[in-house]
Amino acid sequence: MPDWWFSNAVVVGLLASCGALAVYVRRNRLWSEAAAGLWRRRPLAILVVVFYASVALADSIFWIGGVDAGDDVVKQHEALSLVDRAFLGTSEASYSAPFADVEFYGGAPLQQQGLHPFGTDILGRDVLYLVLKGARVALLIGGVTSAIAIPLALLFGVAAGYFGGRIDDGVFFLISTLSAIPGLLLLIALIMVLGQSTLSVCLALAVTSWVGFCRVARGETLKLRELEFVQAARALGVSEPQIILRHILPNLAHLIVITYVLLFSGLVLSEAVLSWLGIGIQGSWGQMIVQASDEISREPVVWWNIGAAGAALFGLILAVNFVGDAVRDVLDPRTLREEA
Amino acid sequence: MSELLRVRGLTTTFPSEQGPVAVVDSLDLAIAEGEVLALVGESGCGKSMTALSLLRLVPRPGRIAAGEMIFRGRDLLQLTVPEMRGIRGRDIAMIFQEPMTSLNPVVTVGAQVVEAIRLHEPATKREARRRTVEIFERVGIADPEARFAAYPFELSGGLKQRVMIAMALAMRPKLLIADEPTTALDVTIQAQILELLRELQRDLGMAILLISHDFGIVNELADRVLVMYAGQVVEEASRSTILEQARHPYTQGLLASMPSMARPGERLNEIPGVVPPPSDWTAGCRFASRCVRVLNVCADEAPPEVAAGPRAGEIQRVFCHAVAREVADA
Repeated sequence: MPDWWFSNAVVVGLLASCGALAVYVRRNRLWSEAAAGLWRRRPLAILVVVFYASVALADSIFWIGGVDAGDDVVKQHEALSLVDRAFLGTSEASYSAPFADVEFYGGAPLQQQGLHPFGTDILGRDVLYLVLKGARVALLIGGVTSAIAIPLALLFGVAAGYFGGRIDDGVFFLISTLSAIPGLLLLIALIMVLGQSTLSVCLALAVTSWVGFCRVARGETLKLRELEFVQAARALGVSEPQIILRHILPNLAHLIVITYVLLFSGLVLSEAVLSWLGIGIQGSWGQMIVQASDEISREPVVWWNIGAAGAALFGLILAVNFVGDAVRDVLDPRTLREEA
Repeated sequence: MSELLRVRGLTTTFPSEQGPVAVVDSLDLAIAEGEVLALVGESGCGKSMTALSLLRLVPRPGRIAAGEMIFRGRDLLQLTVPEMRGIRGRDIAMIFQEPMTSLNPVVTVGAQVVEAIRLHEPATKREARRRTVEIFERVGIADPEARFAAYPFELSGGLKQRVMIAMALAMRPKLLIADEPTTALDVTIQAQILELLRELQRDLGMAILLISHDFGIVNELADRVLVMYAGQVVEEASRSTILEQARHPYTQGLLASMPSMARPGERLNEIPGVVPPPSDWTAGCRFASRCVRVLNVCADEAPPEVAAGPRAGEIQRVFCHAVAREVADA
């Protein structure tokens, strides 16, 4: 089965789980109130995040064929995403500035094929196209890494907090050891070992970022375990796995959501740092910035490349952080109390 | 009345630097079916630990070191963990002191009671829901249908305690352990909850082990009273005997320190000092250092059991050297 099929399946899965989540949130009064509060606080930031997400999804739906016969043969037999198709045949010969209608190649003026609001890069690729493609990579880093790191942190944190004793000692030893190693060095080492694919970068980022939330989850579980409703559940004859599932985890849910959102933006930024070190993911904004960093020393200055990638990165991080702040306002019981 | 629960020599220990310390020390008690037994004492006397021991829920690192707990012919200490889980909630239920934190804050109260029912019975969701609404009505929750979907933070303390009682009563347990059920509530709500407990106890014929430090509440509900001090029983008698003819200096001190016993304008009575920590408990009488009738023998020798029944057929057990001497002299 080719990769692009897998990608399509993931899109379907994601849309389905978003739908299921929406139904659950609508049915549960606590969550639907939280969602309404979130929307009331930061509608713009949410729309921006939704826009990035839609671009990333559009860039993840692939199929083969349906391309103009005039195009090259490779393109006709390659799986192309929605975004690829929208920008088909917009390549120029080389650099062109935003909104330019003429470009110079080898001294001769060439008529441009299309209008490029963000200009084109050294190979003549449309920068808007590259930036839009970067959204998928960014969300992939944030999403996949969080999807590895948070369950890992929950598993270890809740087990350590709930069962205590040797398990707690073991988990704490692991946490202490991991946090004693400089994060960046560990990241680089892990990527060296795992190889430089998207998944291995996500894996490496997950290994270095789960520790913080694990501590929080452990502490919170330690607190919850002693609360009377957990005692009461035991006195009613509820079994230990049921207590964790029904009484501990739902009470950690707000922390999970807050951590997810805040972790997300940090991870996207970390990838930019990795790109700068030359071990990032192909096609990310970080790589665009690194590749374009030489170009700002050209005469005339090629600023649109680095500018567009930087702005896209900045826009996503800012929007996610705004949403994260609002999520915390809505879900954190401490800020709730201040408002009441 | 037949015997529901008999506890003999229950000893619950916690490890310490000096070896295990018994926070509940060779405790004996018996509860008949449909009887209300009050367990009275100051904070730190081991009342709550006794209650948790009965459910085998002593928090780690504590453990039940010795004793037997015969509940309807079976020793609870011999049961396997799943068997014990089957007893909890179905045969013996417990309500806690703090209604504010006794309910899961992120689950609706109705769903929590439904969960409690379905835990021990293969009821369908709809059936469990119908029964929950019934129980809510029974424990005096107004508009039970609407309250079913409420979250704990939307209810008052009194309502929450009613939900707790509903949850505990869902399976119609034979024994309800009520650990200071009204301490955290307003006085007016206290009276309502006590009234409810008394009513339910009468209607369902269940026994209650009432844990309290408040003789006012004991007076309202209890048939028999067990006074605990420093992990041990010091006096046991019927409610009227305790209230009118308490023999043990500690019981007398507790009764005298009730605010209603003081005259207006006078300082409230008190027992000087505090309950010594378990590590300081000695083989002698543990109350000796605070006792007004202390004798030389008290510090070293465990107080003997004195049967001092004031009325024919009534058992009043007192553990005290001074009382023993009094009885011997008489």
